[in-house]
Amino acid sequence: MSETAGPDRVRSAEQIGLSAREAAASPVPHAAGNAPPRDAASWAKKVDRLEVDHRAGVRGTNVAGRRLTGPIQGFGKMWQKSYRMKAGTQIAPEQAIATWREHFPDFWPRGNRFAGALTGINPGDVALLDLAIGGGVKLSTGVFVLYADAESFTLMTPQGHMFAGWITFSAEREGDETIVQALVLMRANDPLYEIAMTFGGHAKEDKFWAATLTALGERLGLPNPVVDAKTTCVDSKRQWRHASNVWHNSMIRSVLQTVAAPATGLARTLRHDKPADDKHGHDQGTAKTAA
Amino acid sequence: MSAPAITMDVRRIGDEVAVVDIKGEVTAACEPVMMSAYEAASDGKTTRLVLNFVGLEYMNSGGIGMLVTLLVRANRQRQQLSAYGLSEHYREIFELTRLDEAIAIYDTEESALNGALK
Repeated sequence: MSETAGPDRVRSAEQIGLSAREAAASPVPHAAGNAPPRDAASWAKKVDRLEVDHRAGVRGTNVAGRRLTGPIQGFGKMWQKSYRMKAGTQIAPEQAIATWREHFPDFWPRGNRFAGALTGINPGDVALLDLAIGGGVKLSTGVFVLYADAESFTLMTPQGHMFAGWITFSAEREGDETIVQALVLMRANDPLYEIAMTFGGHAKEDKFWAATLTALGERLGLPNPVVDAKTTCVDSKRQWRHASNVWHNSMIRSVLQTVAAPATGLARTLRHDKPADDKHGHDQGTAKTAA
Repeated sequence: MSAPAITMDVRRIGDEVAVVDIKGEVTAACEPVMMSAYEAASDGKTTRLVLNFVGLEYMNSGGIGMLVTLLVRANRQRQQLSAYGLSEHYREIFELTRLDEAIAIYDTEESALNGALK
């Protein structure tokens, strides 16, 4: 898709991807002693702060050096939101998740960009996001792949993201039918985001994930995908001790970065046009003299 | 949803402390078992809950989410939540998800109880 960057170049051999992932996530026989737990390959390794590489098509700011934030570190009320879709009897949960992992950015609503690793969604990956927030401004942030196996994967947010928490994408059998689900457990990261989420943010997020699941359903060949959304307030208390999270607010920073972009672009151009700085010039001069 | 492969037994240590012995797989599917154990552990004047993870065999991200909702419930009742018996692997997961900032982690039941009884 034209709105995505990076993973759009992933080949569409879904069965190959599925087989590889199934092999990677297949349960290791449980053994006593020091054998690694069978979930070991599914979890990301511990990180203190995120590191990112440049990805084409996204600004890529507000992620490097940030810490991960779970619902415990957020500010606002804690919400659990589920978006569920019946995927019929013909699609296995593993097939649905393999497709979702491999083509994750393709299912995002138009105008939003997800630049992940070329290999899809794997534990420890950091994806860069540009999210449309209106007025021509893109909110630049990211997500971290916390967990991934054959039937689910979870993304966790960094400091500055709209919310602190994680989103788990899963598929499972209920009777004969496969149910595909996105489950969000989150708090708005700071007071400004809490206001934004209250006045339209939650509704926008609901639309976003409903559109995402619908696109996945269409890719899976469902004739008429229907998404059922359910929202529960898990904790109505706000964590005022985390109000200072606003310092990292990626929305404010993205607006400032957008406003400052012409000036920083000009400065960069001038730097490149300049023949050499003083030290470099002196060294060149020295070299010439020596020659 | 498949049946959870887990048991959670509650032991009371005095009036205020309860230990929940967790054996098996912690996933989102075990939420009814966890909440049932929580109800049993919260009976009376419990102010401290200690989760025993020595028997933990498997945990996915749904299990971590469930622990967060348990934490919220405990906080609502002004109960302190702590844990012990986590292997290095699961301790790192607690640190990665920053769950360790809200659930105190101890190496042994003795140290957890000493911490909880302070």
